[in-house]
Amino acid sequence: MVDGINDRLRAAVVAGGGLLSRRRLLGNGLAVSGAAVGSISLAGQVSADPLVPEWATSAGEPVRGYGVPAIYEENVKRTLIKPYEDLAPGYSFSGTPLQHLRGTITPNGLHFEVHHGGRADIDPSAHNLFIHGLVDRPLRFDLAALERYPMVTHVHFIECAGNSFFNALMDEPMQAGCDMLHGLVSNAEWTGIPLSILLAEAGVDPRARWVVAAGDDAPSLARSIPLEKAMTDGMLALYQNGERLRPEQGYPMRLLLPGYEGNMNIKWVSSLWLTESPAFTKDESGHYTEQLSDGTVLAFSFGMEVKSVITHPSATMSMSGPGLYQISGLAWSGSGAIETVEVSADGGQSWAVADLVEPVLPRAMTRFTLPWHWDGAPLVLMSRAVDVTGARQPTRDEWKSRYAPTSANHYNAIQSWRIGADGSVANVYA
Amino acid sequence: MSMLRIAAIAALSAVLPATASDEGPGLGQPISEDEIPSYFRPVMPDGTGLPPGSGTAAEGQPIYEAQCGFCHGETGIEGPIMPLVGPNADYATPAGTYWPYAPTLFDYIQRAMPFYAPKSLSDDEAYAVTAYILFRNGVIPEDAIMDADSLAAVQMPNRDNFIDLWTIQGAAPY
Repeated sequence: MVDGINDRLRAAVVAGGGLLSRRRLLGNGLAVSGAAVGSISLAGQVSADPLVPEWATSAGEPVRGYGVPAIYEENVKRTLIKPYEDLAPGYSFSGTPLQHLRGTITPNGLHFEVHHGGRADIDPSAHNLFIHGLVDRPLRFDLAALERYPMVTHVHFIECAGNSFFNALMDEPMQAGCDMLHGLVSNAEWTGIPLSILLAEAGVDPRARWVVAAGDDAPSLARSIPLEKAMTDGMLALYQNGERLRPEQGYPMRLLLPGYEGNMNIKWVSSLWLTESPAFTKDESGHYTEQLSDGTVLAFSFGMEVKSVITHPSATMSMSGPGLYQISGLAWSGSGAIETVEVSADGGQSWAVADLVEPVLPRAMTRFTLPWHWDGAPLVLMSRAVDVTGARQPTRDEWKSRYAPTSANHYNAIQSWRIGADGSVANVYA
Repeated sequence: MSMLRIAAIAALSAVLPATASDEGPGLGQPISEDEIPSYFRPVMPDGTGLPPGSGTAAEGQPIYEAQCGFCHGETGIEGPIMPLVGPNADYATPAGTYWPYAPTLFDYIQRAMPFYAPKSLSDDEAYAVTAYILFRNGVIPEDAIMDADSLAAVQMPNRDNFIDLWTIQGAAPY
């Protein structure tokens, strides 16, 4: 099965392609290390001792009010997608560079964006949340008042319904990184006020079944949200990873509807209108509906599917020679927690269960890892996740067979990466 | 009704009584009707919320050509951005035939368009552009006058193909 490795590694093999069991490796007394650290080049030497690096020979910079990443991390940026270029630049997306990140939390400056009419710039002192319609007392809340309300904190992913649309639509797999292929998903710790508290203060009329939310961005994006979702775990989010929301995430306030497709988490939210029925706004009539292969159109498809992607290694990376690696990736589901992630290193012929990094939280990204000995031969890596409801990822062929050829929303098929003998990593449909 | 829906409704009834208003400090300020902007209440599919006013395709055409055509196409077919007339091999889901309810066209035109000056059209102008798009798609005759009543009565060709997934199975993915 695996050539050129020692007995300890061979004893740890759990599936084809060199997939290993971390437990067996540890039992064999072999530590699995990360990628080898490259040698440090000396930029300049001012010490008499040539082994002392330059930065250890002078005082560093003083403190600063707001930190930014090291200048050497300049390439870690969101990838920008402007489908209509200068004609409508505000209609644009940016993808999180998942392949450059570890752990599960997306740094605030790297959280993905999708704007239908550009990023709004809102003066928080002039912004209010209105609750009106089928309520006993129509109310307005300003930010100062909202700061007094009890807040909760939860980690949740947000994924654009159209994430991974290139793989959904393109006949030949596009060669691009996870930022471009799957970057319209991010994961953050959100803090805010349960919508149930604010709605209860307004007094929900028993006839109300929907909350039609709208934002104060240019197109005032509006969506109809089931009242029961708002009351169960809906949040008016004010903080993102501990700090105020970023402007591109809806500053000064947005909705958070855990597990629901991204656009329903209305950014720059200013209105919650309680109604008996949904409004069939533009985004629930066209953009965020799904046309099936028989012409039927799915509307109000709220939950995001179970999904996973191996981020290390992934397309645009290259392997640095045969040997031990740690496969690492992300899994998430809008229906709850991740139950299992399996990894294949032989194109799906055999699978091994990956280790899940705690905590495994509902409707939040979960990191999975698996030790792997790559013998240098070409192969195909895949991951497939199962959530607590038993839902599992389809193959791309299975997914495509259900939807119209031009339909791209809610794509959650298994992602495959082909590792070449030259160490290249390519996006493949396999 | 599926077991999922039953479970969801059971969960709701368990949650509702627990959310007493005294959990918060009660700082919401009362508002009156005239403080609520029109874009806070999208036009409903049955036309509820459509304002007085009217327009025709002939009135809408010059507005469309001046304010909409450079993105959606000179006649609504060409694009490059989300053509409104079709469908065809280039674009499967044009608003003028794909959307299930005609009042949504008025709502979105008023709410979000034109791209660089949203909420700038008068009610008559929005009715006229709506009429032009529907006429270009063959949904209404050229001389039809669109107003609150006639727009609500328009039968969109794709309506019967729509399925409400939430009612069938809650938020569970398809």
